[in-house]
Amino acid sequence: MSAAPLLLVEGLVKNFRGLRAVDGVTFSVNAGEVVALIGPNGAGKTTVFNMIAGVFQPDGGRVELEGASLVGLRPDQVCRAGVGRTFQLVKPFGNISVEENVLIGALRWTHDVAQARRRAREVLDLLGLADKRRQMARSLTLPDRKCLEVARALATGPKLLLLDEVMAGLRPAETDRMVETFRKLNRESGLTIVLIEHVMRAVMALSQRVVVINSGKPVCEGVPEEVVRDPRVLDCYLGQEKL
Amino acid sequence: MSRQAILLGLLLAAFALAPLVAGPYLLSVLVVVMYFAYVGQAWNIMMGFAGQLSLGHTLYVGLGAYTAAALFVHLGVPAALGLFAAAAAAVAVGGVIGALGFRFGVKGVYFALLTIAFAEFTRILFEHIPGLGGPAGLFLPVGDRGGIDLIHLRGHPLMFYYLILAMTVGIFLLCRRLVRSRLGYTWLAVREDQEAAAALGINVFRAKLTAVMLSAGLTALGGVFFAFYYNNLFPNQAFSMNRSIEIILAPIVGGLGTLFGPILGALILTPLGELITMATEAMGFKAAGIKQLCYGLSLLAIVKFLPDGVWPWLRTRLGLEPDAGGEGES
Amino acid sequence: MTIDLANQIVTGLLTGLVYSLMALGLSVIFGVVRVVNFAHGEMTALAMYAAWMLFTWLELDPLVGLPLIALLLFALGYVMQRGLIDAFVAKPEHMQFILLVAVAIIMVNFSLLVFGPDAHGIQVPYGFDTYEVGPLLVDKVRLLAASAALAISGLLMLFFRRTMTGKAIRACADNLVGARVIGLNVKQLYAVTFGIGSACVGAAGALLSLLIDVMPSSGPELTMLAFIIVIVGGLGSMGGALLGGMLIGVSEVLAGYFLMPSMKGMFSFAILILILVLRPQGLMGARK
Repeated sequence: MSAAPLLLVEGLVKNFRGLRAVDGVTFSVNAGEVVALIGPNGAGKTTVFNMIAGVFQPDGGRVELEGASLVGLRPDQVCRAGVGRTFQLVKPFGNISVEENVLIGALRWTHDVAQARRRAREVLDLLGLADKRRQMARSLTLPDRKCLEVARALATGPKLLLLDEVMAGLRPAETDRMVETFRKLNRESGLTIVLIEHVMRAVMALSQRVVVINSGKPVCEGVPEEVVRDPRVLDCYLGQEKL
Repeated sequence: MSRQAILLGLLLAAFALAPLVAGPYLLSVLVVVMYFAYVGQAWNIMMGFAGQLSLGHTLYVGLGAYTAAALFVHLGVPAALGLFAAAAAAVAVGGVIGALGFRFGVKGVYFALLTIAFAEFTRILFEHIPGLGGPAGLFLPVGDRGGIDLIHLRGHPLMFYYLILAMTVGIFLLCRRLVRSRLGYTWLAVREDQEAAAALGINVFRAKLTAVMLSAGLTALGGVFFAFYYNNLFPNQAFSMNRSIEIILAPIVGGLGTLFGPILGALILTPLGELITMATEAMGFKAAGIKQLCYGLSLLAIVKFLPDGVWPWLRTRLGLEPDAGGEGES
Repeated sequence: MTIDLANQIVTGLLTGLVYSLMALGLSVIFGVVRVVNFAHGEMTALAMYAAWMLFTWLELDPLVGLPLIALLLFALGYVMQRGLIDAFVAKPEHMQFILLVAVAIIMVNFSLLVFGPDAHGIQVPYGFDTYEVGPLLVDKVRLLAASAALAISGLLMLFFRRTMTGKAIRACADNLVGARVIGLNVKQLYAVTFGIGSACVGAAGALLSLLIDVMPSSGPELTMLAFIIVIVGGLGSMGGALLGGMLIGVSEVLAGYFLMPSMKGMFSFAILILILVLRPQGLMGARK
């Protein structure tokens, strides 16, 4: 690969009150790839996401999108640069309708509300929320809220989508449906996805490559089938079990 | 045409035709109703749409009123020009307060206190500016009460009646447009969740600042009306905390963040206050404070029993469609 | 000239201590219940009216009537929290705010209806006595009021440090979920806290009635004063409230001395704005 990867994360460091939460995490994602970021609880996965998305400023290292640095940008600027994200604890706009939630996402690239509304309906169709589009977002069930979170991020038209545990709490059938949706998106529009996920069923089915981190440090990376058999990976999960 | 539009048309017709049947007293009450609907609507942009609580909103009324009145009294600048200066002054001050507050992350209660602090600071400041009459007040020369001079805003009370009607209709239409616009949706997103809004590419700081500045400018125009209608201004009234609270009552009672709420709230509260005053006077005792006491009690009842306001409740009873953008069916 | 200034500063410090006690109530309520009591000054004014009635009708010195007034305000605060505010504890901030604004409006206009718009003052027999401390002249009432305020603040701190109820209340403030898990009756403790905060207000009101006149408009003014003090000191910090009170007391007399007495409020609001923008956690508060 001669061209710069879509996302480059190199030597990322973050300290919280002297505690090193992320220490030298490095990985890159090519355009069109689906990469999973896994690791035990507290490994620093969400912190990595927050540094990519501009919520936290890294204390060291590089984050680049298509060769341009994202470090120092605010979350809204990172979004406008082409990175969509979901939150682990979903943040729906509760007192407005589902459709309007998604419409606001689409307003990232268009000033035309009617056009944004059309896009919102397409995205809701795609994610199976079309029949709930006129409901208030706060009246949705948790799986639907997770879906809405994804729909909103998708509507911003990202080059790169960061998914933070969107499958957690879903039933297996719902997980499969969501996996299928992401596969379709990835296949048909070449959407690049980085996901944090504990549901291994989804990780195995969806990702082409897996990056494992533990205690803020990179452990290994590779194709899913190899990574799950890697002794270092087993160790960092089992090591935690022993505690 | 929705049933909502028909209802609004009827209400507008009633207000437009009221001078045919109503006497001077009733008209003056209706002017107050519309004035509070107007400034309530302006405040609602900031709180109801963008979720930023201003408890010192009379600051902008006072700034607008004093700017236009002082220009008129001292330099003979007609109100039609003075209103630009009035709005500009309020937009500038609103911009400063917003920029300070939002840049330094002053949130929630603290932001509300910041708005109060600025209003109170300005009240005392204006009491010490001799050119503006100080605590003794600033008085506008009362001109010909028979004519109609919209440029200088001097003339017949009916002129003021239709002026405030036009302003109230105007701000209603503006807000209706706004709430269905890109900017309006941006505000709703910021009101609901700032972190999520930012993640969707919204510049939260700028969105909040626009809301404050627009709200301040529009409120100042209400102040210009106030100054030229009443012809007198006192710092301890124009900038008082009580006025700030009066401004926010109508939209809260009517329904925060709804387009019809400020109008309905003003339609309920002002006549209620007048009725109470008349009733107590008819019973033969003058009781200062009874009107405000009833306002307080009704506010208490509203937040306790109809926390979303009267309009959302009434709307469901009437089987009407939600009016503002951002109101789905739950 | 300098002696006069020194006298003024002492006056400011002593008055400030009484303000502190009032603000302490606000701080305690916010620190635990996390509700900003927007009717704080109005409650103080009610306490001052109570002191005035006791003095006028029963010739009871406010210093003697103080425990009774504190008890009355405790009851008022307890009932308010139980019957009204508790339902709003988990609601959005602006709803709590509007609720308490409504309570404040009711209290102000209730006082206006009952007591009329005129100022009511208390003139105790020792009202004009002064102590000579070196070159300084110290008003006896002011010294008594300030000492009482300081003593009550001290008792309050002891209460929170030493008694089981005090510790339980602090547990609620530190970790609400934890407090529920170990079986504390949070509803009850919140009501007690609101009661204690209000009792501070009652005591402060009784003491203030010795120093200043009360009228219906005193309520909103005292609310603002209490806010300025706790924001300057740090909302939720007890020591901060004491410091803030003395600071505002002194800054008011200084502003009155060097500028114009009518401008002293402007000075306080300017301080409030600066603190809100630059150090919203207050001088003594911990940065979040």
